[in-house]
Amino acid sequence: MAKYLLLKHYRGAPAAVNDVPMDQWTPQEISAHVQYMQDFAARLEGTGEFVDGQALAPEGTYVRYDGEGRPPVTDGPFAETKDLIAGWMVIDVDSYERAIELAGELSAAPGAGGKPIHEWLEVRPFLAAPPTITE
Amino acid sequence: MNEALLRSLTPSVLGILVRRGAGFAAAEDAVQDALVEAVRVWPAAEPRDPKGWLVTVAWRKFLDVARADAARRRREDLVDEEPAPEAAHAADDTLQLYFLCAHPSLTPSSAVALTLRAVGGLTTRQIAQAYLVPEATMAQRISRAKRTVSGVRFDQPGDVATVLRVLYLVFNEGYSGEVDVAAEAIRLTRQLSAAFDHPEVAGLLALMLLHHARRAARTAPDGSLVPLAEQDRGRWDTELIAEGVEILQAALARDRLGEFQAQAAIAALHADAPTAEETDWVQIVEWYDELAHLTDSPVVRLNRAVAVGEADGPRAGLAALMVLDDSLPRYAAVSAYLHERDGDPATAARLYAEAAQQAPNLAERDHLTRQAARLNARRR
Repeated sequence: MAKYLLLKHYRGAPAAVNDVPMDQWTPQEISAHVQYMQDFAARLEGTGEFVDGQALAPEGTYVRYDGEGRPPVTDGPFAETKDLIAGWMVIDVDSYERAIELAGELSAAPGAGGKPIHEWLEVRPFLAAPPTITE
Repeated sequence: MNEALLRSLTPSVLGILVRRGAGFAAAEDAVQDALVEAVRVWPAAEPRDPKGWLVTVAWRKFLDVARADAARRRREDLVDEEPAPEAAHAADDTLQLYFLCAHPSLTPSSAVALTLRAVGGLTTRQIAQAYLVPEATMAQRISRAKRTVSGVRFDQPGDVATVLRVLYLVFNEGYSGEVDVAAEAIRLTRQLSAAFDHPEVAGLLALMLLHHARRAARTAPDGSLVPLAEQDRGRWDTELIAEGVEILQAALARDRLGEFQAQAAIAALHADAPTAEETDWVQIVEWYDELAHLTDSPVVRLNRAVAVGEADGPRAGLAALMVLDDSLPRYAAVSAYLHERDGDPATAARLYAEAAQQAPNLAERDHLTRQAARLNARRR
């Protein structure tokens, strides 16, 4: 039992095989893609492996502390930022192999021409709770 | 209301329903419904015969659903029969339930969830909270698990080793929210031990008690891990230790050693030492040898290297470590510790930092990072 984050990038991951930007798909292709993602999440809920899935807007703001009594400084968005997260899915599975298998399936979501995007997803294990018995 | 009593009755009530001819999945749902009803009704008026009450209510719930199903399917069948008289099968039923919920056809996470619900009487929401997943996901995990075992005959004997592995997992992994999962694992193992006399069941119970005894000392107020050697032994629960040791000694006397008894023996030797310095590391190494013989687990050999380092000095520990695969989890952490003991803080600091990078959980990572930082600060 372990949780994994399946991370989807707008930018920063290696190029997908079917690398056509979404705004150049047909509306039907977009619908098919959205449907695939929803079905995938529903199926994982059915197998008892779904934890969370969220999408993020691409535009982000950088914020930092600027000293006592001063408002935080904001900056960005930076067009040149290399890594840009598009969204994630969190799964709770019995093995690393299962996490890889599911990420592979998610990467097969259809894109332009109704063909799988083959996009690169990043699989990151969660840092879990420490076990009780260690010695 | 006595929730512990309520939950302790769960397996025998479920067993009775199954013996009366209810399918496992339907019976389990009916028992859950009855438990929910008990939580609602009992605070006002606790029944004189709680178990009888639960059986009656659960059986009625089962019949309601079964009749509705039968009507839906336009099928008249057996469910209207009067229940057969109940034989004194409570202990057997409880044991069969453990076997069923830990059936080898289930994945570990499904077996854990099903055990907590069908044997432990926890609600789906409580289990979901303990494993930090949405309730809908946990509900599906449980109903799939029930479907998986629905074809298994209830009176088929199972392998107690699979049950012990599931209980070990419940004890060792899981967060505590509303329900204290480790305490629940102990309760379920006690209950199993009452139903089934077996030295490894006793061994696992002893192991849990001996580790649970140290719980208060294991974490600092800020949540950070306190390693065994630095724990305030005055905060160990001596009653739990005494009970664990007594159960372990009775089990060992039966001369059927198994991995849980060996692990418990190691925990007992730690518990027995008034200070970390007085730990009997020579005996601990001997138990690790037994354990390595019983399990052939690389993790055991890694822990053995630590014990060898304490018993025969860090050089001997490093030599024991060198023959192991350096890709093992926590290899770098053990190596760091032994190098520090060997008077090589530079290598130790580097290895602690490396170990922190590979740590599987936050508390351990923070602990290892602090170790690296401590050594680096001293060298400046």
